Amino acid sequence: MRYLPLTQPDRDAMLEVIGAASIDDLFVDVPEAARLSGAIHGLPNHASELAVERHMTALARQNTVAGEVPFFLGAGAYRHHVPASVDHLIQRGEFLTAYTPYQPEIAQGTLQMLFEFQTQVARLLGTDVANASMYDGSTACWEAIGMARRITRKSKAILSGGLHPHYVSVAKTMAKYTGDTLETATPQLTADTDIDTLIASIDAETSCVVVQYPDILGRIADLTPLADACHAHKALLIAVVTEPVALGAIRSPGEMDADIVVGEGQSIGVGLQFGGPYVGLMGCKEKYIRQMPGRFCGETVDANGKRGFVLTLSTREQHIRREKATSNICTNSGLCALAFSIHMTLLGEAGLRRLAGINHAGACRAADRLAQVPGVELVTQSFFNEFTLKLPTEARPVVRTLADRGILAGVSLGRLYPDEAGLANGLIVAVTETTTAEDVETLAAALEEVLA
Amino acid sequence: MSINQSGWRPKMTAANGNDAAPTFTGNRALMLEEALIFEIGDTSTTGVDFAEGDVAGSRLGDLSRKAPIGLAGLSEPETIRHYTRLSRQNYAIDLGLFPLGSCTMKHNPRLNEKVARLPGFADVHPLQPVDTVQGALGVINELAVWLIELTGMHGVAMSPKAGAHGELCGILCIKAALEKRGEGHRKVVLVPESAHGTNPATAAFAGFMVEDIPATADGRVDTDALKARLGPDVAAVMITNPNTCGLFERDLKAISDAVHDAGGYVYCDGANFNAIVGRVRPGDLGVDAMHINLHKTFSTPHGGGGPGSGPVVLSEALSPFGPLPFTARMADGHIQLIEEETAGDDHPDTFGRMTAFHGQMGMFTRALTYILSHGADGLRQVAEDAVLNANYVLRSLEGTLDAPFAASGPCMHEAIFSDANLAEGFSTLDVAKGLIDEGFHPMTVYFPLVVHGAMLVEPTETESKAALDQFIGALRSVAERAKAGDTALKSAPHFAPRARLDETLAARKPVLVWKEPPLAQAAE
Repeated sequence: MRYLPLTQPDRDAMLEVIGAASIDDLFVDVPEAARLSGAIHGLPNHASELAVERHMTALARQNTVAGEVPFFLGAGAYRHHVPASVDHLIQRGEFLTAYTPYQPEIAQGTLQMLFEFQTQVARLLGTDVANASMYDGSTACWEAIGMARRITRKSKAILSGGLHPHYVSVAKTMAKYTGDTLETATPQLTADTDIDTLIASIDAETSCVVVQYPDILGRIADLTPLADACHAHKALLIAVVTEPVALGAIRSPGEMDADIVVGEGQSIGVGLQFGGPYVGLMGCKEKYIRQMPGRFCGETVDANGKRGFVLTLSTREQHIRREKATSNICTNSGLCALAFSIHMTLLGEAGLRRLAGINHAGACRAADRLAQVPGVELVTQSFFNEFTLKLPTEARPVVRTLADRGILAGVSLGRLYPDEAGLANGLIVAVTETTTAEDVETLAAALEEVLA
Repeated sequence: MSINQSGWRPKMTAANGNDAAPTFTGNRALMLEEALIFEIGDTSTTGVDFAEGDVAGSRLGDLSRKAPIGLAGLSEPETIRHYTRLSRQNYAIDLGLFPLGSCTMKHNPRLNEKVARLPGFADVHPLQPVDTVQGALGVINELAVWLIELTGMHGVAMSPKAGAHGELCGILCIKAALEKRGEGHRKVVLVPESAHGTNPATAAFAGFMVEDIPATADGRVDTDALKARLGPDVAAVMITNPNTCGLFERDLKAISDAVHDAGGYVYCDGANFNAIVGRVRPGDLGVDAMHINLHKTFSTPHGGGGPGSGPVVLSEALSPFGPLPFTARMADGHIQLIEEETAGDDHPDTFGRMTAFHGQMGMFTRALTYILSHGADGLRQVAEDAVLNANYVLRSLEGTLDAPFAASGPCMHEAIFSDANLAEGFSTLDVAKGLIDEGFHPMTVYFPLVVHGAMLVEPTETESKAALDQFIGALRSVAERAKAGDTALKSAPHFAPRARLDETLAARKPVLVWKEPPLAQAAE
């Protein structure tokens, strides 16, 4: 029991101080019937580090590791190279084993980092302010919908067909309980996004329009006309960014006058991790900060006049406002926000732009090559590092077949939209700086064989 | 756990021992001041080298970014130094005892970190074909089995991202179950006054009306008041056990039976499960839903405010309503992922999806590693040592500080004190800040609300007797100073990287992002 420092003589001495005859005396308030006498069913006794590591390693080996095969998955989680110093720094015990910075005099490290993170996120998204993180992109998205309801006092949200279907599912779940009405759509396998349809559907009841940029099929479109249409009806534009690296190459949603911008920060600093933990990004126009969920770090001074940082505007939060809070969120994604911030500091603006350029150029080359495979059609014309192919057959079995050959080919639309027969032939392919020319050639050659 | 709510703000520069001899840099030997990245970096610097190569060719249309972003970059050595310097301004479990009541700051085993970083877990995409992620699904499934066994429940929802998200999951299960029964009219959720703020916030979010239930003088839920309030409009009771006063709710089974008889459900806030793990199963107490903070009981790192992970164990009555996705082990050992596609057949009553993917995989690997390392005997010892340490603190300090429930019997994993016998003009906040100068993180202060000037101390099981003795000595010394009216305490901490910070200023004129100083000022 290597994690438990008390010795039996310690325990005996402490019981004596307490005035208890045995440890059971300290559990007297537990009713007899509720006391568990035996061991937990089936759970072995304590094990050595070696034994546990062996067990866990065996489980890890049953997975196909993304970095060991040609890999093209995206759709909300992206594989990027994370510099070694990021993981080193987040494992410093002073970051890893600290708590939420409620005692600011001895938490300036976390607080200053959060202030820097908020600034980086706001600048990247093009918003005035950003909060100190949410759980992930999907939960940040539904929190934004709730925020729009509080600001506009209207409850009809229009969700673009290009919004990640899991994000739509999360919003649908929450809307059942919050009284929001959601208008949703499925994407069409076309080059154009649904922005014109969205603009036509806004009316006086609309609280917000939620649009993903780039969208689930990888498409990008100017959001400015949509923002104008929203504002003409006193509705808010919520933009969702699942691949923040894109904002090194394309205009930010804030620049196009989005009111709230949320994002999934995973692709900078965090890694794939089978879906979590990730880090939700959330920024907005300054006038809306008091309706924002989550934590804010703010600048102030100490009693000696020195600059310092504290958690602030907490009167929005659950520990003060209880049932009147803007959200029930408490713990957020502090350590992932740190990883994001360190990676972003290493990149800097020049590095982010270069990284984005490499991603985009690689994706263009891959799209051109894959579109040469007989029967394969490139659906997406304007894109960043992810595009959609239309195969001559259902994509899902093709993905499975290629996985058996050691190629992780992308995300089939059949996996994301099992009930939409019209989308079954779609395959979303992501290309990042980690994708090599050989990977693309391997995929293209295998597709040629499988589709022949 | 709780933030400073005392309303204190600085009025004048305090005499600060630290500033007695100014230095050129503002540094004090190992205490190094560090500017913001925006003040030391610039937009043309990068700490990352990329492969040479052509980045021409654009399918970006007119969306190509033209405006600058304003992101400061640093070289790698500068980056390492910046964050290393920042890290040294933090208190952490790795530095010392971290007695935050209800937050459970225990040692984070490093094997867990190593395991979470195995490429087979860290470098796997959530949408890979299920045949290529059987080991990852195996981790989720194995952890789920142990959580069910440890709690004596029927099922578990693994996807909630943190405790509060788990609370929401449990409450949505209750809501869905009521609607299925045609009793959606039950609108009231009863929450004890001593509950975490997330409880009422969660219930309100789900559209329930929250009503407070008072506490008795001995620090427990007033069972009679609770039973008297039950009726056809009550959907659920949210109860924390052990509660936030550090006491076991003796009557929980009787409460559960009464709630069930009245047609409601019992939600248990499992934030304090670490006190009873291996000794008591909440399922045996009639609980219908309970979230487990993996970052508390099972020691995944708090990371300066997350990520957490909040799986929710469910009774047989609520299990059919749990969220997607989840795993199911087939007869042949293959693990299936139940998502929207197959839910119609396998799980028709699910309330839906709470998050994009499968939950906090990186926390699951750590928690499973922790459970297997401790085993059945170790987990039981965890609860026993946690309770022993808390009682040792309680009995060692009850003669110094007012301990409002000391006469109620033993505490569980945390000991609570009040500000009752401090000198006039001295507050819990002063004691907390005095502890900082002694090299300790303060306990949770001003929570729970049922105790005036509450100080909630949770030492956890990973502290040695020597560490406890030193902490007890320090707290006793600071408390004696507060009782004697030592004014130096009012301006503590004196030796921290910062003196007390002006929280009122921060809230009144929020500065949430860095802005370039005006040119004239910058030129000075």
